[in-house]
Amino acid sequence: MIHALVGGVIIGIAVSVMLYFNGRVTGIAGIIGSALRPEKTQFAWRLAFLGGLVVGGMVIKLFYPVALESTLQISTLSSIGAGFLVGFGTLLGNGCTSGHGVCGISRMSIRSIISTVTFITFGILTVFIMKKIGQ
Amino acid sequence: MNRIMTSFVVGFLFALGLGISGMTKPQAVQGFLDLFGQWDYSLLGVKGGAILTHGILYRLIMKRSSPLFDTKFHVPSKKEIDPRLVFGAALFGIGWGWAGMCPGPSLVSLATGNIQVITFVVSMLLGMGVFKLVEPKL
Repeated sequence: MIHALVGGVIIGIAVSVMLYFNGRVTGIAGIIGSALRPEKTQFAWRLAFLGGLVVGGMVIKLFYPVALESTLQISTLSSIGAGFLVGFGTLLGNGCTSGHGVCGISRMSIRSIISTVTFITFGILTVFIMKKIGQ
Repeated sequence: MNRIMTSFVVGFLFALGLGISGMTKPQAVQGFLDLFGQWDYSLLGVKGGAILTHGILYRLIMKRSSPLFDTKFHVPSKKEIDPRLVFGAALFGIGWGWAGMCPGPSLVSLATGNIQVITFVVSMLLGMGVFKLVEPKL
């Protein structure tokens, strides 16, 4: 649990740094989505942020590999289906676990609270159904 | 240049936070969503730590008239609850539960070189691309 809290605090600091220096909300889905349709002036910082995530992953793999050892172990069909729903759904709903779940809830946005309750509810239902089918 | 450097550092820090907290493990996410099984509440600790930290810092930062490297804050001000918001969150929730992965951890996990992670990320980009195509019709 201490790992979870420390990791959470680091994420809270990261999104605060983004707001303090750049005035931006750290919504990862939104940043990826906007980078797909590049605007001249707003492309570089988005790409740099996504690069930071990927490079961060490489550093984790080097120094704390246990965090990445048990990565996705699902079928190709599931990866395609789940990935598509995550991509389409986050842009349709204007945010994911970072934009709504962390940044939005921190500023007590009603939209973000509704979004977070909704995606957690549907996540619970999905896991429940998957376990039923798997049995 | 300042803005670009900051964004890189934020992405890097965010990735470390996800890795340290264990949120790069699909099992931790699915364990949290498995209310009726062996419930893993670590995701709640991550969210709690992040929201508490940012909740306090957000209020302090927003006392300023502008951020350091921009002329104004770009914080969403929309209040309207539309069907898009709920329907989008529902679709995202299904995908999130299905794989145990959301956009941030998927990019961080690219470092594994795992074929399913790459497939997930490519399909996520495809889903976003399709959304951009249909968005004008919504």
